[in-house]
Amino acid sequence: MGQPVDRMSAEQPGVAVLLEKVEKRFGEVVAVDGIDLEVLEGEFFSMLGPSGSGKTTCLRMIAGFEAPSSGRILLGGRDVSKQPPYERDVNTVFQDYALFPHMTVEDNVEYGLKVKKVPKDDRRDRVADALEMVQLTGFGGRKPAQLSGGQRQRVALARALVNRPKVLLLDEPLGALDLKLRQAMQIELKEIQQQVGLTFIYVTHDQEEALTMSDRLAVFSRGRIEQVGSPAEVYERPATGFVAGFVGASNVLSGEAARALTGDAHAFTIRPEKIAMADLDHQAVGDECTATGKVQEVVYLGASTRYVVHLDVGGELVIVQQNLDTSSMEALQVRGKAVRLVWKARNNRPVEEATGAIGGSADPEEGVR
Amino acid sequence: MLLASSLWRLNELSGQVEHVAGLQNYRDIVTGPLYRIVTRRTLILAAGVTIFDIALAFPLAYYAARIASARLRPLLLLLIVMPLWANYLVKVFAWKTIVAGDGPADALFRVLGLHIQLGTSVWSVWLALSYLWLPFVVLPVYAAFERVPPSYLEASSDLGARSWMTFRRVTLPLVLPGVVAGSIFSFSLSLGDYLTPGLVGKTIFLGNLIDALAGIAHNQPLAAAIAFIPMVIMAIYLLIARAMGAFEAL
Repeated sequence: MGQPVDRMSAEQPGVAVLLEKVEKRFGEVVAVDGIDLEVLEGEFFSMLGPSGSGKTTCLRMIAGFEAPSSGRILLGGRDVSKQPPYERDVNTVFQDYALFPHMTVEDNVEYGLKVKKVPKDDRRDRVADALEMVQLTGFGGRKPAQLSGGQRQRVALARALVNRPKVLLLDEPLGALDLKLRQAMQIELKEIQQQVGLTFIYVTHDQEEALTMSDRLAVFSRGRIEQVGSPAEVYERPATGFVAGFVGASNVLSGEAARALTGDAHAFTIRPEKIAMADLDHQAVGDECTATGKVQEVVYLGASTRYVVHLDVGGELVIVQQNLDTSSMEALQVRGKAVRLVWKARNNRPVEEATGAIGGSADPEEGVR
Repeated sequence: MLLASSLWRLNELSGQVEHVAGLQNYRDIVTGPLYRIVTRRTLILAAGVTIFDIALAFPLAYYAARIASARLRPLLLLLIVMPLWANYLVKVFAWKTIVAGDGPADALFRVLGLHIQLGTSVWSVWLALSYLWLPFVVLPVYAAFERVPPSYLEASSDLGARSWMTFRRVTLPLVLPGVVAGSIFSFSLSLGDYLTPGLVGKTIFLGNLIDALAGIAHNQPLAAAIAFIPMVIMAIYLLIARAMGAFEAL
């Protein structure tokens, strides 16, 4: 289920990274199972998936830390499949930052320029610029141990950006930060990316992060790509049950329940926020879908309330309602009551049967590290 | 006690220790050429043993920590530690036999066409001590290699450094405290040892001097004063080691 690559060939400008039938096996475990992917120049591209889905292995193959078992990796049209990391024009921001503890912030940032023998004056200017970009001017003399997690994250970013790589690879860089800081860094990262105009490939398991930051994203599951597209495309038109479930909460109905509601047994997905509660005697009009059921569970979320409704035709739907004029007491009183649900049929998205891969997958990436 | 007795003096006529405090023993040590020569000789031996041990331990530890497979690693560590299970004297006498005239060492040099006879020379002492303290140097160096996260090496490579550059700029500075920690063992143990020089060689080192003064000459005040020489040297050594972060590596 890869992305067709015939849209643009690697030789034309515009493609920063191209993966062709890339496969990676660790002994018996297939971590990446024949992936085709293209990332465009200047794009903020996310690889989204649960742990063990192959996204990190993919990133590590682009960086050169792992060699693909088969297939090719092209950077700017050049085959780099067999090149070591130090010959590739990409830089990585590591999940644990991997700052050199025995060097100061300045030495860390300068490292890449130093080993590439950039002249000293040029080096000093570029390091100063990079530190300014991540708002760490004045911190150059400190050791990584004297910095907070967020500051270390910025140093790691500056250390990679200072080399002006063709592609910047980010491996869950915000994973270790608390929520507030993470949200601030998301905005800042996006701004920096637009400022420098670099291609960012961003690995994350956080669907919200992928949706808010990316120009396009690929959803990974079990070593394969389930879908590639813009955040709106992936969210509004999930290609598979897995994507529907992983990117945002979603309901998947199939079999008898699907036939009763749409006249077709093919599985479909409907987003919780698209469903409304109506009077029990409400009649379907136009392209409306409607179903009756019993409220199993009510979760009051402050701004909204989540209801789990057991349908009379089988299956269950999760719905989310804004608390426009519902108090918590009123919301909780609905528990156990019969309700009628109504939604527009055009919001139904046919999907392939849910693979059930969420949480149930083996974790080859963690195993090899 | 050691300090107090180092300040007493031996009445040379009666052979009795006079409990009168004075610095005459220290004056003797500073002015007497014998003590300076033996101290310098002992320092050179300890430094020689330490350098040789580091030279052996470094590649050994590197191989065990970085190159050896997960299955080979415990076996290698076992081989490194195993000599510690054997009695000290057994190992010293084994070396005495190895380096003795017409012994295995002689035979080896003859095969190689070298006219070297170790016998009871300082070189034999040097070899025996290096062998004895090697495990104490390998282990901290190995631990230091183990403690460098692979992501540091990947980061260095990612930033454009080839293997040698990564080794020089990232691995080596991070392993150095472990090397210094290991050298504390080999250096201090060599400085104080008197059995091996006595049994394997004939040359007098500080340990033998103290042994002879206290045991044979019954000049305990002077022996006590001389015992302060290695202690002062080690105090300086440990201060330098601490400045290099060796204690964090232990």
